[in-house]
Amino acid sequence: MTSPIAGGVDCDLHPALPHLTSLLPYLNDYWRDQVTTRGMTDLESQSYPPNSPISARPDWRPAKGKPGANLHDLTTQALDPFGTSIGICNPLYGLQMVFSEDMADAFCRALNDWLVKEWLDKDARLRGSIVIPVQSVEKSVAEIERCARDSRFVQVLMLVMGDMPLGKRAYWPIYAAAERHGLPIGVHAGSNYHNPPSSVGWGSYHIEDYVAQAQAFQTQLTSLIVEGVFAKYPRLKMVMLESGFTWLPSYVWRLHKFWRGVRMETPWVDRAPMEIVRSNIRFSLQPVDAPPDPGTLNRLFDHMQSDELLLFSTDYPHWQFDGNAVLPDGLSPELVRKIMIDNPYATYTRLGGAGSKESAA
Amino acid sequence: MNVQFRSSADASVVAKTAIADCDIHPARRSMKDLYPYLAKRWHDHLETYGGHAYQGMMVGPPYPKAQPNASRRDAYPPEGGVQGSSLSFMQQQHLDPNNVALGVLNPLNTGQGLRNQELSAALATAINDWQIAEWTSKDSRLKGSVVVANEDGEASAAEIRKRAGDKNFVQVLLLSRNVEPLGQRRYWPIYEAAQEAGLPIGVHAFGFGGNPITASGWPSYYIEEMVGHSQCQQTALASIVLEGVLERFPKLKMIMIEAGFGWAPSLAWRLDRVWQRLRSEVPHVRRPPSEYIKDHIWWTTQPMEDPERRDHLFQTIDWIGWDKLLFATDYPHWDYDEPSRVLPAGVSDANRAAFYLGNARELYGIT
Repeated sequence: MTSPIAGGVDCDLHPALPHLTSLLPYLNDYWRDQVTTRGMTDLESQSYPPNSPISARPDWRPAKGKPGANLHDLTTQALDPFGTSIGICNPLYGLQMVFSEDMADAFCRALNDWLVKEWLDKDARLRGSIVIPVQSVEKSVAEIERCARDSRFVQVLMLVMGDMPLGKRAYWPIYAAAERHGLPIGVHAGSNYHNPPSSVGWGSYHIEDYVAQAQAFQTQLTSLIVEGVFAKYPRLKMVMLESGFTWLPSYVWRLHKFWRGVRMETPWVDRAPMEIVRSNIRFSLQPVDAPPDPGTLNRLFDHMQSDELLLFSTDYPHWQFDGNAVLPDGLSPELVRKIMIDNPYATYTRLGGAGSKESAA
Repeated sequence: MNVQFRSSADASVVAKTAIADCDIHPARRSMKDLYPYLAKRWHDHLETYGGHAYQGMMVGPPYPKAQPNASRRDAYPPEGGVQGSSLSFMQQQHLDPNNVALGVLNPLNTGQGLRNQELSAALATAINDWQIAEWTSKDSRLKGSVVVANEDGEASAAEIRKRAGDKNFVQVLLLSRNVEPLGQRRYWPIYEAAQEAGLPIGVHAFGFGGNPITASGWPSYYIEEMVGHSQCQQTALASIVLEGVLERFPKLKMIMIEAGFGWAPSLAWRLDRVWQRLRSEVPHVRRPPSEYIKDHIWWTTQPMEDPERRDHLFQTIDWIGWDKLLFATDYPHWDYDEPSRVLPAGVSDANRAAFYLGNARELYGIT
């Protein structure tokens, strides 16, 4: 086991909304009435069935309620043991599945307000991601503008599987707003299930959906790169969350080869794909899809040809590692510092730089 | 991959080392080439209604290719017709100069992925008869693939049983993209018949099953389709493993064709990790997924992974096994891999021999 160092930034924490009704105090009369009179149920996504082993580490599972729903649990289980200074909250509530953009908008606003009141206001180490009603680009931009006034929001959150590939131009106003406010776009595992959760159709099992997240991240990187998002928004960072990263080298070899062959199709892609990845794309550490031997992992880091791509994460409360083994074996002290401190601060500029004590807004 | 403009004059030089080419695409000049092997009913049907595929275009692919017919511009036969449609020109341009000792034919645009299942089955039978009549009976280096009506398990199994024991064929051909992921039960009769016939299953990238080529819908560009085939293949292979196909058909061998191999280690590691957590959902998967992949899966090389540093390539192949790679050119397609240039220096003679010929001979039982 490699020991964590104090002062790290955990880039992938999942505080859970106890229930849809927990949003009632943050909804206006009309939507409060909609939720109650229509008997709406909890918007739990089947990307993470609450009782699935992957959804919560056994010793992080509370006696009752959803894993990740309790602030004290999150701080004592995810922050304290690793000496973490800053933790970024990425709520995974199934708002992306909603079909009505009006409903999605109302719920996203409520969820973001709930995050501020119930989490960010209560522990100065916590930061948040803005959950956007991606069903409407216009409303998403408005929500980014509204939330960006609070400097504790450090990122915009989207899911890796949605209605359209993420590079599509229709989404670009979201990226313009994010770049304008110094907010990276966090792309998290999960689907809105408006398309089959794999590129070859609907599998039979939850395990297939989970494995297929990695392939979805690959197709999204292709889309983002070849549509020219980073030629248009060069200062925009995108962070692949719970994506795995061991697939990156061979994926880029293939993309690079085809880019060389057919770059006449997308002439605005004027840098090699790996250069674009190095300047604009980051990955959360967990899960580490590699065998437990340090030799293999270090060869993979060598294949990645950069020590700036990975950002520390526990993926709390998801079950990615046991005990305190959040860092895989065999990482050098230099790489640990990069992953835990330097890389996150360089990515999340709203954190104010390594070591600085950013005051809550 | 090399965009080829080489004059066929230098085809007079014959490579010293014999190779197997495990992905050659013979083409029809037109659908009429198949009429001798199709009932009259289907001639009329095709001319009236066309193929009725799981995509919208009557003619041509939804993403326009980089070159006409996705093929080398220098591969048009002198007597006319599309690239890959002339045996004599294929011999002259590819098989003879490159010293191809074994060439595996993978016909595409065959009737796989059509919505009309009866038509799909009739075309599969026709294309198999056509492979014998026009190719394998005329050049003993060439071996065919049993094309099946992939969405109809029973019809596919019947076609495989009909061809069992026929030395013109060395594998059954499926495409990666189907109506459902390839591990699903509707495809099990294909695996059962293939195992019974002792034929490996080749899963070639491409195909249409109506699903968008990403889990977020349809992307914009041809490059996204081309890169995306490897993600389709990964998910299809995950389905095969997680549905327990290789547990149920333990003698089955499968070949991943034209989808890359560099992703195999990371997919296997991910499968193993997640299986440790979620195996209670799939009790029929008794061993770590990576073991099924190691025991049952072979990989063709084109388009060859091409990292900047060759040691990265060699390490990746070490993770997969030098005994699992099958050399392929993809002739006559534009992203053809040139046999003499594809493998960097620094490979042992034994590995080189296995890579270019030995593995294919052993897998296909061709001595």
